[in-house]
Amino acid sequence: MLTWLSIIIILAPLAGAISVGLLGRVMGRPPAHWITITSVAISFAASVWILGIYIAQPFEVFEKTLYIWGQSAGIPIEVGVYIDSLTIAMMCVVTFVSLMVHIYTIGYMCDDPGYQRFFAYIAFFTFSMLMLVMSNNFMQLFFGWEAVGVTSYLLIGFWFKRPTAIYANLKAFIVNRVGDFGFLLGIAAVFLVFGSLNYGEVFGHAELLSNETLTLWSGTTVSMATAACILLFIGAMGKSAQVPLHVWLPDSMEGPTPISALIHAATMVTAGVFMVARMSPLFEQSTAALTFILVIGGTTALFMGLVGIVQNDIKRVIAYSTLSQLGYMMIAVGASAYAAGVFHLMTHAFFKALLFLGAGSVIIAMHHEQDMRKMGGLWRYMPITYITMLIGSLALSGIPPFAGFYSKDSIIEAVKLSTIPGAGYAYFAAVAGVLVTAIYTFRLFFMVFHTKPRMDDKTKSHLKESPWVVTVPLILLAIPSLVIGYILIGPMLFAEHAFLNPSLYVLPQNDVLAKLGEHFHGALAFTLHAPMTLVFWLAVGGIALMWALYIKWPGIPEKIKNHFSIIYKILVEKYGFDIFNDWFFGKGTRGVGNVAWKVGDIKIIDGAMVNGSAHLVGRIAKLSRYVQSGFLNQYVQIMIIGLLGLMSWWLYAWVG
Amino acid sequence: MDSWPLLSILIWLPIIGGLLLLPWNKDCQKNAVRWGALGISLVTLALSGVLWCMFDNSTADMQFVETAQWIPALNAYYALGIDGIALPLILLTCFCTVLVCIAGWQVIQDRVAAYFASFLMMQGIMIGVFSATDGLLFYVFWEVMLIPMFLIIGIWGGPNRVYATIKFFLYTFLGSVFMLVALIYLFMQSGDYSISSFYNLDIPHNVQIWLFLGFLFAFAVKIPMFPVHTWLPDAHVEAPTGGSVILAAIMLKLGGYGFLRFSVPILPEASLTLANFMIALSLIAVIYIGFVAVVQKDLKKLIAYSSIAHMGFVTLGIFMAIPLLLDGSNTHAIMGVEGAMVQMISHGFISAAMFLCVGVLYDRMHTRQIADFGGVANVMPVFAAFMMLFAMANVGLPGTSGFVGEFLVILSAFKLSFLFAAFAAATLLLAPAYTLWMVKRVMFGEVANDKVAALKDISLREATFLTASALFVIGLGVWPEPLLAMMRTTIEHWVLHLQMVVR
Repeated sequence: MLTWLSIIIILAPLAGAISVGLLGRVMGRPPAHWITITSVAISFAASVWILGIYIAQPFEVFEKTLYIWGQSAGIPIEVGVYIDSLTIAMMCVVTFVSLMVHIYTIGYMCDDPGYQRFFAYIAFFTFSMLMLVMSNNFMQLFFGWEAVGVTSYLLIGFWFKRPTAIYANLKAFIVNRVGDFGFLLGIAAVFLVFGSLNYGEVFGHAELLSNETLTLWSGTTVSMATAACILLFIGAMGKSAQVPLHVWLPDSMEGPTPISALIHAATMVTAGVFMVARMSPLFEQSTAALTFILVIGGTTALFMGLVGIVQNDIKRVIAYSTLSQLGYMMIAVGASAYAAGVFHLMTHAFFKALLFLGAGSVIIAMHHEQDMRKMGGLWRYMPITYITMLIGSLALSGIPPFAGFYSKDSIIEAVKLSTIPGAGYAYFAAVAGVLVTAIYTFRLFFMVFHTKPRMDDKTKSHLKESPWVVTVPLILLAIPSLVIGYILIGPMLFAEHAFLNPSLYVLPQNDVLAKLGEHFHGALAFTLHAPMTLVFWLAVGGIALMWALYIKWPGIPEKIKNHFSIIYKILVEKYGFDIFNDWFFGKGTRGVGNVAWKVGDIKIIDGAMVNGSAHLVGRIAKLSRYVQSGFLNQYVQIMIIGLLGLMSWWLYAWVG
Repeated sequence: MDSWPLLSILIWLPIIGGLLLLPWNKDCQKNAVRWGALGISLVTLALSGVLWCMFDNSTADMQFVETAQWIPALNAYYALGIDGIALPLILLTCFCTVLVCIAGWQVIQDRVAAYFASFLMMQGIMIGVFSATDGLLFYVFWEVMLIPMFLIIGIWGGPNRVYATIKFFLYTFLGSVFMLVALIYLFMQSGDYSISSFYNLDIPHNVQIWLFLGFLFAFAVKIPMFPVHTWLPDAHVEAPTGGSVILAAIMLKLGGYGFLRFSVPILPEASLTLANFMIALSLIAVIYIGFVAVVQKDLKKLIAYSSIAHMGFVTLGIFMAIPLLLDGSNTHAIMGVEGAMVQMISHGFISAAMFLCVGVLYDRMHTRQIADFGGVANVMPVFAAFMMLFAMANVGLPGTSGFVGEFLVILSAFKLSFLFAAFAAATLLLAPAYTLWMVKRVMFGEVANDKVAALKDISLREATFLTASALFVIGLGVWPEPLLAMMRTTIEHWVLHLQMVVR
C-alpha cells in the first residue's frame, strides 16, 4: 500500500508536468490548470493518506527500492523511497502549499501568455521536491536537489524578456552551484567512508565517521566527520540561502509571485534545513560542524533581517525576512534541536506562503506595482487580503497564539540551553532578530495597508479585492498560520512519543529539546508564559515602534534615515556582497578566461609551441596555397623535426 | 545469425554503400542520394542493434571475432572483435551517422553525393577502429579516417577552412606517426600485431615511458588534451554541422578508447609513473579550458572548448585507476573507469545535440557569433526547449546523461585525493558559467534584431533529430544501468588485469 501511494505521490505531478509541458499549447488554458491541479491534489491526498496510516500505526521507517538506477563497481545506486515521520511532514507541507499555489496561479497569471508553461514548471517543481524529500539515498537526493534548482532557474527567468530576470536566474543557478560543489564533495566523502549511498546503511553506521580523518592536502588533515558535515552543509547554505551564499534569494523575486511563495519561501529554500535534519546521525558526530551551522545561521538570522528594514519593494522585504527565518531554522538544527527547526520550517511554510500570496494579491490590485512607497491605505479596498496578511504578519513576528510564536520561541529556548560552542552568539542573534522581525514586518504592513494612500488616481480608482481563486488560498493558508503552532507544538516537540523523534538522532548530551520538554506543560501554559519573556516584549515593542513611526509620527523615519546615513547606506548596499561578487567573481572569471584564452591558447600554445613562432601562425594561411604544389610535404617534415626536438626536450625534463 | 560476420558487415556496408552513392551527382538525383544514405545508415543502426542484442554482457572476452590472414609478411591479420568498451562506442557511431544524414538533408546542396558518401565511409572506418583487434589494422583504419574528415571540412567548411584542415591534419597525422613507431616496436617484441599479445609483453620501465609518450601524442591530440587541443576549436568552427557532430561525438572518443585499449593495459608501469602528470593535464582541461570557454564569442568555439573540458573527466577517470589500485581500492578504480566510459558516451549524445542546435541557428542566420543573437526563445519556443535541455545536460544536471559520468569520476577521485575531487568538481561552477551564460545571451532577452525576429521555429526534420538525441540524453540520465551493464564485465576484467600487472 505504502509503495503504491508513494509512487502515485511522485508520479502524479510528473505526469501532469509532462502532459502540460508537451501538449500545453494544443490543449489550451483550462485543461492545463485542471490537469496539474488534479495531479497535485492527488499527491496531497495520498500524502495525507500516508499520514493517516502513520498516525493509526506508527512505523519507524518504510524503505522501498523502486529500481536500480545504475550499478557501478558492484555497488547498486538506487531510486527509491524512504518514508518516516520527517518525510511525511515534508510531503504534507509541500503538496499542500503547492496545491494552494496552483489554485492561486489561475488568478495571478490569468493575463500571461506563458500560462501553460508556468503550470508545467510548477508541477515539475513539485515532482522534484517530492523526489528530494522522499529519496532513500544520496544520489536521488542530489537529483531532487538539482532539479528543484533548475525549476527555480526556469521560474525566476520565467519572464525571460526582462534583463533583470535573466540576470537573477543565472545568478541563482551559479550561486546554488557553489553550494552544490560542497554538497557533491560531501556525498563523495560519505561514499568514501560508508561505501554506499543508501540512507539505511549510512545512518546505521554513522559512528564510522568519527574514526576517520581526511587529508585535504599533504600535511593538512581534518576529522572526516567535520569535513563531511561541513561540505554537506555548504550545499544547504546554497539552497537555503545562508550567508555568504544568500545573494541569489532577494534577486529571485524577479520571478512571478506564486513561485516566490512556493519555491523561495515555503519549500525549496527549506530543503537545506530538511537535509541537515535528515542527516542528523551524521551531524551529531561533529560538534565543530554544528558550531559552524550556529554561526552561519545566527549571522543570517540577524543581519539579513536588518537589510529587510530598508527595502521598499514589498517582495524584497519578505525575501529578506525569509533569509532571516531560514537563519532561525539553521540555528535550531545547529543547536541539535532538529525537531524545532523542522517545526519552524512547517509553520513558516504556511505563514510565509500566506505573506507572499498576500503580497501578490496586493500587487495584482496595484497593477504590478511593487514599491511600497506608492501604496498605503489598502485595507479599505481589500479586506480579505488585509486580514489574512495581518494574521501572517503576527505569525511571523511571533505573537502568541499565532503559529510562528510557538516554533520561534522553541528555537530560542532551545539554543539558550545548548552547550555547543557558538550557541551564545546564535542566542543573541535570535533574540535581537525578534525585534528586527517585528520592525520590518509591521513596517511593511503599515506602509501597505494603513497610512495615506500614495498611488496615482488611476490605480486608486481600479483598486479592488482579488478574485476568489486568489483569496481562497489566502484563507486556507491563514487558518494553519493561526492555529497550527498551538495544536502541534506538543505532539511535534515535547510529547513522550513526539512525532519527529523516530526520524531524528540526537546525542543525549546535545538533546536540548528533551531538557526543554521537562518544563513543558502543554501549549496553553506555553502561551500564557509568553508575557513573562523578553522575547515577547521585543516583538510587541517592535510593532508598537512601527505604529509610532509610520502612523502616529510619520515624519520620523526620514529623519532617522538622514541621521544614520552611513548605516542606512550599508544596509541598502546589503553589506556590499553584490558589489564584491560582481567585481571578484563576475569580472574575475571573465578576466581569467580572457587571459587563459588570448595568452595561454593563442599566444603560447598556438603561437610558440605549435608553430615554432607566432609569426608562422599568420603565414599558415599563405602557406596553404602551396598545398597543391607539394610544399605540404616539406612543411610536414619541418614540423616533425621541430616537434621531435620539442618532445625530446620534454622527455628529458620528465624522465631524465 | 551466429555465423554472419556482423562486424565486417557493419564496417563495409556503409563504406561500399558510400562508394556506390558517389557517382550519383546529378541535380535530379539529390533526393535519391539522400534517401539512399539515410537508408544505409538506418540499416547499419538496426544491425548495430542486433549486435547489442546478441552481445553477451557476462564475458570480458572478445565477441563476434573474425580472423583472416591479411599481410603474411608482417604477420598482420584482418582480426575483428568487440568487448564492452567497443560496443557502446559502435552504437554511438551508428546513431550519430543517422543524425548527420538527417541534419544534412537540405543544408547541403553542393556535391550532395560526395557529402553523404564521406559520412558513410567515415562511419565504416570508425567502426573498424573500434573493432580491430590487430594493431596494424587498427592503425590503418585510424589513418584512413583522416581522409573523409579532411574532405568534409575542406569541401563543405567555412571560409577559413584551409587553415583549419591543415592544422587538423598536421596535429592528428603527427600524433599517428609516433603511434606507428610504438606499434612497430611492440610488433618486434611480440612477433605479431595482435593487441592482446601486447598485453603480455614484459617491457622495461624506461622503454615503457617512451612507448607511452608515443601513444600519448596520438591519443592526446584526438581527445584532445591540454596543451594539444588548439586544433579542435578551429576545426569545429570551419566544419559543417555534420562534421562537427562526428568530430565531437565520435572522433574525440578515439583518444579515450586508445588509452583504454593500448596505453594503460600495455604500459601499466609507465601509466603509473606518469599518472600524476596525466591527472594534472586532465584537471587543467577541466579548469583552464572551462575558463577559456566562458569568454568565447563564437557558439561553436564555446561548445568545442566545453568538449575539451568534459573530456578531461575521461582521462581523469582512466588515469586514476592505477594509483587507486595501488591504494588498494578496486571499487573506486572500477568506478572511475566506468565513469570515464559513461562520460564518453554521454558526451557523444550531448555534444552532437549541441552542435545540431548551433547548426539549426546557423542555417537560419548564417552567423555563429553570440553577439548576433538575443531573444531567440521569443520566436523559436520549441527550439528553446530543446536547447535548454541540452544546455542543462552539458551542465551535468542529474537526470540527464551528463551527470552520470562526472558523478562517478568525482566519487572515485575523492578516494585518491580531496584536491583532485575538488578541482574536478569545479566543473559544477564553470559549466553553468559558460553554458548558461551563452544560453542567456542567445535565447533570452528581447528580440535583438530583425534577423532574429524573422526566425522560424524548427521544422519536423529538425525536431526529429533533436527529439532522438533528447530521448537518449534523458534516458541515460534516468536509467544508465543498461549502459553500465554493457561495459561492466569488460571494465572489471580490465582493472583485474592491471591489478595483476601492478602487484
